[in-house]
Amino acid sequence: MRSRRPSSRPLATTLQKAGAILIAPVTAGLSLIDRPLRAWQKKTGHGGMAAVFLLPNMAIFGIFVLFPLAVNFIYSMTGGTALFLADRSFVGAQHYERLADCTNYLDTATCKDDMFWNAVWNTATFVVVQVALLTVVAMTTALILNRDLRARSFWRAVFFFPVLLSPVVVGLIWRWILQREGLLNLVVVGMGGDQTNWLTDRNFAFAAAVGVSIWAHVGFYALILLAGLQAIPKDLYEAAEIDGTRPARVFWRITLPLLAPNLLVVIVLALIRAVQVFDEVYVLTGGGPGTSTMYLTQYIYEIGFASILRNPGLAAAASIMMGGVLVVLTVMQLGLSRRNNRPGR
Amino acid sequence: MKRTVLAALATAFLSTTAFAGDVRVMWYSDGVEGEVIQDLLNRFMEENPDINVTLDNVAYKVIQEQLPIQLQAGEGPDIARVTNIKEQAGHWLDLTPYLENPDDWRENFGAQLDWMRPDGSDIIPGFMTQLTLVGGFANKTLFEQAGVEMPGQGATWDDWVDASAKVAADQELEAAFAIDRSGHRISGPNVSYGANYIGADGMPAPVDDGVKTFATKLVDWTNDGKMLKDVWVSAAGSTYRAAADDFINAAIPMYYSGSWQIANLSTKIGDMFDWVAIGSPCGTDACSGLAGGAALVAIKYTKNPEDVAKVMEFLARPEVVKEFSERTLFLPAHAGVVSDGGLEWQTEDKNVAAALGKFVEASAEVAPNAAALPAWKWANVYYGALVTRISQVMAGELTLDDAFARMDQDIADQVAQAQQ
Repeated sequence: MRSRRPSSRPLATTLQKAGAILIAPVTAGLSLIDRPLRAWQKKTGHGGMAAVFLLPNMAIFGIFVLFPLAVNFIYSMTGGTALFLADRSFVGAQHYERLADCTNYLDTATCKDDMFWNAVWNTATFVVVQVALLTVVAMTTALILNRDLRARSFWRAVFFFPVLLSPVVVGLIWRWILQREGLLNLVVVGMGGDQTNWLTDRNFAFAAAVGVSIWAHVGFYALILLAGLQAIPKDLYEAAEIDGTRPARVFWRITLPLLAPNLLVVIVLALIRAVQVFDEVYVLTGGGPGTSTMYLTQYIYEIGFASILRNPGLAAAASIMMGGVLVVLTVMQLGLSRRNNRPGR
Repeated sequence: MKRTVLAALATAFLSTTAFAGDVRVMWYSDGVEGEVIQDLLNRFMEENPDINVTLDNVAYKVIQEQLPIQLQAGEGPDIARVTNIKEQAGHWLDLTPYLENPDDWRENFGAQLDWMRPDGSDIIPGFMTQLTLVGGFANKTLFEQAGVEMPGQGATWDDWVDASAKVAADQELEAAFAIDRSGHRISGPNVSYGANYIGADGMPAPVDDGVKTFATKLVDWTNDGKMLKDVWVSAAGSTYRAAADDFINAAIPMYYSGSWQIANLSTKIGDMFDWVAIGSPCGTDACSGLAGGAALVAIKYTKNPEDVAKVMEFLARPEVVKEFSERTLFLPAHAGVVSDGGLEWQTEDKNVAAALGKFVEASAEVAPNAAALPAWKWANVYYGALVTRISQVMAGELTLDDAFARMDQDIADQVAQAQQ
């Protein structure tokens, strides 16, 4: 048997050499344009140069984000079932008026478009419950995974694995478990219980939607929190231990304050994702029973693409309204992130 | 290097451009018809080596949800098999100038051409691959095991549901029966209770007592646990759900769907149990199902209309229609094939011929209000409103009275939207 000899060349050197071979052509190319770039920079200043480098990205962003956004806004002001803008009639704010036409916003029965308001309130409930639970579960998971567990890497992988799955696969897996002839009922009946139609029960369907969504995404958020936990200096915990501080007090006085920036990122990202919830819940419940798990994104999809007579204008108006909510959440995230990153904090 | 780049560009160009001789068919299957049509198309290509036909087998949902978007964008396949025929009639190609004998088509497929034409037009956009009729099936074995006699000719919906409920109770089944989650499926029963969707001006009429009577029964049966709850309640909007698998798994003794399920039931049930077609139970006014079917239509955005017409002409030949029907167990829409008779259904399943016979018999009982629906422009709008709102009542979100008011509002809104 051959003994494994240590390489005479350290790994870092090998990687550096390999990198140099790959990067050499690029640097050679850059050196060719170096002089004209410097000359131009001298003339226009640093701002102009930054614009040059941003231009390709801005062009792509403009074509794939800003332009569709503008088209969507125009759609929201037009009527008819046609897709070509030229074939659509201008109706002004008619779709927005229809969506906002409610005597009492808390009672969807008084709204002209009750489906839209059902979806709005379903989404709001989902966002509040799912984000709160997700944060708690992600925090608990991160705290456990941060401990000196046996096979810690394995457990981290187990919790992260669902994040790698397609939302459709997540929905299908849980549908197979929860449907009338699914795995859960097999176990319940095997234990002498009654077969239950889980997904036709409004409360259970909602709980299932929340639970499945948490299961699918918790690994991602736990990872963010885990990174935050590992950045907390160990000596703080050692000092607390020497002082004989109780674990709960350590959590509230050391862990939580130092984890606040990561927690903020988790909450805002989870909020944005929860507002956009669609695929896994659509596959799991189809929006039912009734419309109890039909969220805003599904409403837009149904109206714009799946209903018998499509209404692209109304779907566009609803998506603009939903986009407004997402913009508010994003601005909130940016504001809070800036506040957290201010020097002295 | 230059050659490689050119080759890559040529490949990319080839993959996105339709050339003369290329015909794409978008096709969905309820049973075995995907395999049968592929066989027939292979034969066509042997006869016409200059035409390459590609069959894209897709899910029914793709036909329902994605094809309409493609068509609205002026894209799509060259030929498609569709069920929303009337509503999308503006996208079909008029084959008349490309057909060798258009009169032959008018003669043999004429009875259903209005189902696929824009109102007031006389174009020939395609032909029905099969005629279907909505109707029920019963699990004969379960009825026998429970010692319950199947209701006979002229039995009402109540008779059938009560008898099925006895079987379900005796055999400890999930429910007595199920109807597909589809407005099309409940429209025959609605008409049987006197419903009329079409107003005097040809526009949608408000929901009437016929609709209200059967909708009320359907909700009550669901609340009582007689109708399988998942089918209608476990989806939102106008999403289609079939209960075929529940019948195949013997979870329900009675299933109301349609003749297109025969091949599917025969293939999947095999000799697990005996089943029979029961036609449509009666209401107060009729014992009506609803006719329909899937049409094979040419799409007007095709680059190769002559080739498309050749494919369509081949598939519309009497001997091809006959073979397709015999192998798929579908009722043919070709008048000549029907009048010649002698169809030899290719199956060893003894349940099939009797079931097909029962549907042919039931087709004579289609009420005039139901017979008018396949060629009515607003039928799908009506169907969609029925499904959405009745499901909400079953889920406890709306009362029936609120649902009826919302149905009228939904229909009016959609009609107004379509006319903008």
